[in-house]
Amino acid sequence: MGLQRFILKRLLLIPPILFGVSIVTFALVHLTPGDPVSQMVAMNPNVDAAQEAELRARYGLDDPLVVQYVDWMAGVLQGDFGEVYGSSQDAAGVLVARLPETIALGLFGWVFALVIAIPTGIYAAVKKDQLGDTVSRFLALSGISIPNFWLGLMLILLFPLTLGGWPVLPPRESLASPAMLWYLVLPGITVGTASAAAIMRVMRTSMAEELNKEYVTAARAKGLPERTIILKHVLRNSLISVVTLAATLTAGIVAGSVVVEVVFSWPGLGREFVDAIHGREINLIMAITLFIGLFIVIMNLVADVLYAMLDPRIRYD
Amino acid sequence: MSVLEVRDLTVKFYTGEGVVTAVDGLNYSIDRGEKFGVVGESGAGKSVTALSLMRLIERPGYIESGQILFKGQDLLELSDAEMRRIRGNEIAMVFQDAQTALNPVYTVGEQISEALRHHLDYGEAEAKERTIELLDTVGIPAAESRYSDYPHEFSGGMQQRAIIAMALSCDPDLLICDEPTTALDVTIEAKILEEIEALADEFDTAIQLITHDLGVIAEVCDRVMVMYAGSPVETASAEELFYDPKHPYTVGLMSAIPRIGDRRESLQTIPGTMPDLVELPPGCSFHPRCPFAEEACTRRDPPLMDPETGADVSDDPGVERAAACLAHSGDLEQDLDYDVTVREPDGHTETTVTDGDGRV
Repeated sequence: MGLQRFILKRLLLIPPILFGVSIVTFALVHLTPGDPVSQMVAMNPNVDAAQEAELRARYGLDDPLVVQYVDWMAGVLQGDFGEVYGSSQDAAGVLVARLPETIALGLFGWVFALVIAIPTGIYAAVKKDQLGDTVSRFLALSGISIPNFWLGLMLILLFPLTLGGWPVLPPRESLASPAMLWYLVLPGITVGTASAAAIMRVMRTSMAEELNKEYVTAARAKGLPERTIILKHVLRNSLISVVTLAATLTAGIVAGSVVVEVVFSWPGLGREFVDAIHGREINLIMAITLFIGLFIVIMNLVADVLYAMLDPRIRYD
Repeated sequence: MSVLEVRDLTVKFYTGEGVVTAVDGLNYSIDRGEKFGVVGESGAGKSVTALSLMRLIERPGYIESGQILFKGQDLLELSDAEMRRIRGNEIAMVFQDAQTALNPVYTVGEQISEALRHHLDYGEAEAKERTIELLDTVGIPAAESRYSDYPHEFSGGMQQRAIIAMALSCDPDLLICDEPTTALDVTIEAKILEEIEALADEFDTAIQLITHDLGVIAEVCDRVMVMYAGSPVETASAEELFYDPKHPYTVGLMSAIPRIGDRRESLQTIPGTMPDLVELPPGCSFHPRCPFAEEACTRRDPPLMDPETGADVSDDPGVERAAACLAHSGDLEQDLDYDVTVREPDGHTETTVTDGDGRV
């Protein structure tokens, strides 16, 4: 079976890709001046040079870079992503604790994007060059152009601060409680807006293109109602190009939530990532980067599989 | 009794360059079970005429005026929903390029059976069974297993057969074939044409066959209308058209056919190209390319006439024989020497007429 083999082949490619990502990230982190110990020392001026050296030795930070990398990799291969410096937490634990928050936010944003983008894209394509299309395209252009941190701030200014309805800081309840859905609305919209705009534009373009194809005339000549023609014949063909984008954007939404989580004080992975970079938390940076890398690779694979499901002409050999 | 009668049909396209009159005051009729050919160069208005019958002219094109009487009912006065009940059901269309007319992401079987389910209220299983029957009828081998194949798994000839099966699925009274064999190679073309003919007889379906290939006309059609720049210039039975063409344009088309055994170095052509439809030449629109053109031709656009009586028959959709110009009459033997072979179904040659390029 072609598809299974294809998926297996792609899965086998994941380790080398992540290996590459880890080397590049590791090198980049060490290229930036400072290390975890210098951060700790900066916060505590009483530490003298000898103690500082001792700390470095304890964490292995005085070893040559290659040795540090090999040590780290040896740990990772045994499922140990290292600890968060100056605390007893381990990096993988922090990742796992924060992940649900980010996934909830990202998923909300992504679903919001699709729910807005696909119907609007269809509408704009059907009404091409008419008023509705122009309005949709204007909104899409705005959605793409507005930076998400600014949109987030404006939403906070408009809703919690002026109109009310939301507290400025979301209460920290369990994510599983339905009440939290309400607090996902504003950050979710902020995360999803740019994606919605991008998906809508691709949807409109590809649908408008499909609508000009002869199979549409042929379907009309069959006497099918316009609704069936659009939602059955044209939509599936148009979605082929949207799927790749939508799947790639899920990865983007996780990465994009970095800024939004800071703006909305959302305790997710993105905010943790920013803190980790500030604190030179090498292990945490590595763990989060590898996770995002893994996520992107998997979402690309999902896109390719969906592609094959939508378009029977695609064969994997 | 005519199944279709087109009266004074005018279709215009409002483009950036100006108003294109793609079809200009067209009159014709097709009898029940008749095979009616429409010939002309690209841009003559053949396909626009076909799409008008289905009311599938899209912006910026509009049907400006006229009547399309299908079984006595004016299609232009129907509501959209009523028109949809006719499309694919009573009037069906065979497209030129089957590859693009089939939706690549649905199976061939599904695309045929959806029309059956829609128009005839067939159930899932019933529609499938009927579709397999149809695929078998149009000569697709192993129709049952082919049902769930996608269009790209079909060869070009089989795709065209599938399109024909689709068009015939609801047993239409009129089948519009828009250059149904242009995308196919010659051997397949002959077979497909034979099948269209046989199926039309079997289903008692009238055919409007659009083509620029006179060989196809000779093979299939009973009656022919030659179009030029949106208007008919000649209407005749297929035989008369080949033996006794009247209009200089028809004569030009005939003499442009390559013939086996012909020792001419180059093919005869009609000089020039079809005029810009935004700005037709004054008078007869063919005069700039016409070897018989006189000064009067630049001033007067001749109506369709009965070649015997010279009476104006341009408003009579049912006219049997008409030509817009008789300049060529009588000179045929001198200018043209060709034969057409019309082969009877049993294979024996009845009349010796060849369309000249060896195709039968």
